[in-house]
Amino acid sequence: MSVVTDTGEILSDVRDVYKSSAGSGIHPREAAEHHSEKAAIVLGDCFKQTGVSASQLDAIAIALGPGLGPCLRVGATVARSLASYLGIPLIGVNHAIGHIEIGILTSGAKDPLVVLVSGGHTLIAAYSGGRWRIFGETEDITIGNLFDMFAREINLPSPAGPEIEKLTQHATKFVPLPYVVKGNDVSYSGLLTASLSKLRTGEELSNICYSMQEVSCSMLAEAVERSLAYTGKKEILLTGGVAANKSLQDKLEKVAKIHNAVCYTVKSPFTGDNGAQIAWTGILSLKAGIMTQVENSRVRPRWRLEDVDTPWRS
Amino acid sequence: MLTLRGEAELPILIYTGAEAAIYLQKWFGELAIRKHRIPKPYRVPELDESIRHLRTSHEATMLREARKLGVAVPTIFHVDPDSSSLIMDYISGKTLKEELYVLPKLKRRARCRGLGELLALMHKGGIVHGDITLSNVISQDGKLFMIDFGLGNFSKEIEDMGVDLLLLNRSMRSTHYLFHAELFKSFIKGYSDVIGPKSSNEIVEKMREIERRGRYFERG
Repeated sequence: MSVVTDTGEILSDVRDVYKSSAGSGIHPREAAEHHSEKAAIVLGDCFKQTGVSASQLDAIAIALGPGLGPCLRVGATVARSLASYLGIPLIGVNHAIGHIEIGILTSGAKDPLVVLVSGGHTLIAAYSGGRWRIFGETEDITIGNLFDMFAREINLPSPAGPEIEKLTQHATKFVPLPYVVKGNDVSYSGLLTASLSKLRTGEELSNICYSMQEVSCSMLAEAVERSLAYTGKKEILLTGGVAANKSLQDKLEKVAKIHNAVCYTVKSPFTGDNGAQIAWTGILSLKAGIMTQVENSRVRPRWRLEDVDTPWRS
Repeated sequence: MLTLRGEAELPILIYTGAEAAIYLQKWFGELAIRKHRIPKPYRVPELDESIRHLRTSHEATMLREARKLGVAVPTIFHVDPDSSSLIMDYISGKTLKEELYVLPKLKRRARCRGLGELLALMHKGGIVHGDITLSNVISQDGKLFMIDFGLGNFSKEIEDMGVDLLLLNRSMRSTHYLFHAELFKSFIKGYSDVIGPKSSNEIVEKMREIERRGRYFERG
């Protein structure tokens, strides 16, 4: 949770992130239970940290989707109660737009080709005609999923990107793995299967991690390059949890350089999910006059980026 | 650069795409283009070399096979996988992406319908394009040429044909969103005329399924 001012100053950003146990993925019910246990504490800390009192707030923004239904519902319930109690507007925000807006706010990018990579997203989008249009995306699992599902097999907890990145440092060779680019799209399911089967044939773990990271990031870099050429954009904005991956950053910087573009990467701690991105997007919505009636604020677990009107960015 | 007689000095770089640089040059007296797949610094060399080598020879094969099916494509003059270069004839014209912005309604529908017929011809003959966007179709006053077959494949799988439709649909939706639905509908009309309504419906349904698969897989 986070308190943000209308000039984009982030006064607080308090988190208590659910962590899955080693070797297993996120359990939706357990994650939701975690959220409801921690919500009140995080809220209290959020006010304490800023010295702002609830009565000073102008609006409450909440991510209504996309994401896991049970988790979204916890947040939505807290937000609805707060907004109703305080008698201030409620603003339902799209989580993906949040990643994009915080990236733009903190990097200063103006009209970027966005590369949104996380456990839930692997997509390439650009703004046009009032909405973010998708130019490329994964056709099956996301890059975050690829890392996490592989990690589960080697008994690491999710999100596992950073651990895998550490393992790559000990690699001694590149192992050929399937490289699948379809137009501006990527497909990672074959790469996951092949990486897991290399594991069973006794290939060195660090070599597999290195090659899997190398191939997955190169595929995405190629898809980005294709989209960049197609759209003619001169900026790339890398955002979302996997934006923290150094190899991906390096590759996208190289893509940008080839096309005389600039590559921005959202800075830590705003790579992963955070309240500030939702609050800030809420402010942009509010300024554009977009609010959400409580009775229309049901969660939207599959809310697609392309379906969101974002008139403030034209 | 112009010579004394006012002719452009060849070869000249006419276009740099995501994958390749395109040069205009002469080939035994004929005007030709050279498509050179550029090394990519973001791929490890062994991966990069194998991809460029493979796609170059593969593209030549796919172009030849597409031509056999009656699809208008550039003629290949020379293939050199080691330098990842293809030399082929020069097709003048506009990309469909550019043309659709300026054409009147009926003409742009006719173009899309024509494109549908072409793609169906390929799919029926067992070839998928793999990278079909409106930039990869050149219109010579309405005669449509397909280019960029580097990601193409031999396939009769509904999945692969569905991917082609998905890529084209997305290409239309992202750059021609004001009349995207109309374009895609016209496309499907031509597509279905050639491949048959039953197959067409099946492939469109597969396209929807693939779309749903990739979309905000619920996490994160």
